[in-house]
Amino acid sequence: MSIEVTNVTKKYGDFYALDDVSVSLPTGQLTALLGPSGGGKSTLLRIIAGLDTADSGSVAIEGTNATKLPPQKRNVGFVFQHYAVFKHMTVAKNVAFGLEIRKTPKAEVKRRVGELLELVHLSQFADRLPSQLSGGQRQRMALARALAVEPSVLLLDEPFGALDAKVRKELREWLRRLHDEVHVTTVFVTHDQEEAMEVADEIVVINQGRVEQVGSPDQLYDEPANDFVMGFLGEVTRLGPVRLRPHDIEVATTPGRAGTFPGTVTRLLRVGFEVRLQVELEDVSRDGRSATSSTTGVGAAPVSVVLPRSHARSLDLELGSRVWLTAAVGAVTVPAMVPAVVAV
Amino acid sequence: MVEVSTPVKWLLRVLAIGYVFFLVAWPVTTIVRQAFADGLGTFVEIFSDEQAVNALTLTVQVAVQAVLINLVFGVGISLLLVRYEFPGKRVLSALVDLPMAVSPVVVGLSLLLVYNGRDGWFGEHLEKWGVQIIFSGTGMIMATCFVALPLVIREVVPVLTEIGDDQEQAARSLGANARQTFWRITLPSIKWAVVYGVVLSLARSLGEFGAVKIVSGNVANQTQTATLLVEKQYQSFDQAGAYATSFVLAFVSVLCIVVVSILRPKEHH
Repeated sequence: MSIEVTNVTKKYGDFYALDDVSVSLPTGQLTALLGPSGGGKSTLLRIIAGLDTADSGSVAIEGTNATKLPPQKRNVGFVFQHYAVFKHMTVAKNVAFGLEIRKTPKAEVKRRVGELLELVHLSQFADRLPSQLSGGQRQRMALARALAVEPSVLLLDEPFGALDAKVRKELREWLRRLHDEVHVTTVFVTHDQEEAMEVADEIVVINQGRVEQVGSPDQLYDEPANDFVMGFLGEVTRLGPVRLRPHDIEVATTPGRAGTFPGTVTRLLRVGFEVRLQVELEDVSRDGRSATSSTTGVGAAPVSVVLPRSHARSLDLELGSRVWLTAAVGAVTVPAMVPAVVAV
Repeated sequence: MVEVSTPVKWLLRVLAIGYVFFLVAWPVTTIVRQAFADGLGTFVEIFSDEQAVNALTLTVQVAVQAVLINLVFGVGISLLLVRYEFPGKRVLSALVDLPMAVSPVVVGLSLLLVYNGRDGWFGEHLEKWGVQIIFSGTGMIMATCFVALPLVIREVVPVLTEIGDDQEQAARSLGANARQTFWRITLPSIKWAVVYGVVLSLARSLGEFGAVKIVSGNVANQTQTATLLVEKQYQSFDQAGAYATSFVLAFVSVLCIVVVSILRPKEHH
């Protein structure tokens, strides 16, 4: 295990940013710390880097206890959300910084900087100032700068958070490819579940200062440990007694087998290749008093359903259509204990 | 920008220019005119008069030392105020502004009370150890430091706040220790604020009068600075000399500010 975090607690006044967190991050992998804003994931990353100190608990990096080490002795590379470029230095000087601090011979520095700029596709910008680069280029420069010192772990704090959607997507793919080339143990913080699932080998879901679940993207998506993880990794809706993903609901225009829920389409929205429906369920119970809304879902928020456009077209769905909903076979479901909330 | 009608625009311009003209430009030009009334003769006289040369030299010595001290402490206190949380931070911040609010004469008097050799709180003991503060260069430097204290800090603090500590943290994570981070990252980022603060302090220190007058004792050729000399010349009806000395003082200060605004990079506001 490359990074071993044991019983780390960090408080800001009465607020627990991290509450007794223990997690091990494997060597050579790309791990995402995923969670909502203010959930403690950045704090954990900063404690691993030594930029913040834990109130209690310990951090070990590559087998050495780093709890008391200052950041410059931990041999970690850190990439900040807002790049933290050295504004008064050229791109090449920025990348060379860590090497010059380590008193690397000049020729060696020059060679390494050349290699790294090649790696992040910034060779032609070596003599520019950071202010002449775009956001994506600055972040790539910051990454090269962090990699220059050959860190044992690379930590990225919401590295693409300040970039626009398109650049973000490009950089994400690029990061994945870079990692496959360089193989340095990498941990990155994100609040974007799509980013985490697309890039990471392993995801640690952190919420309210606690680790909710650790696992591969597939594990987390298919076997969420709890309501929160399920809700955070994708949209969740409620069909009768269970909560499940909107695309795991089968829609039929005729009453099929028992256990289907009849309803009416109250909203129909086409987004690209998919169609999003809102279905208002009808009260199916024969005897209105025995069926409470918690078992049938009647009276709760309408059910969200997502289906491919071709499928929606073949069913000839439109506003006001009467439909019967069933949970798909093998769908991931959790019992709905609380009134269904539309996932964010 | 809000559109203003032409007459209003002109009225505002005339008001602003008139205000600055009558308050600053006109009186300063008078000094220049008076100083050059007899051609360069008065200047030759000043630079050959031992008392005047001594006064100017002393002024420069005191000002330079005070500025150096203020530079070190100013940058230090700025870092303390911006980068660290500690009890009493707001008190310190308020104290830093105090010299702006208090009259330099009061500053001089308070230093006199604490450090004089006869009944000062520290002065008596210091005098026993052979350290004289009042009526000596030390006291004059202290008074000048006090008066110019906020100038560096008030220039540097906003810049430090604006750049944040991201770059410093990045430097630390790349292996730089505190000293390397300061010299390679923090100082280059605040360079122009520091330079500007130093120039303002230098200009202020050269012209300091009230505080220095009280602590120096105003002994000709020993503790008489240029500003004190101007006063003495003026009072003893040597008006040409007073104007010429004033001109030298004003000229050096203006020169400092001009040089800096030329050196300062254009994109920096």
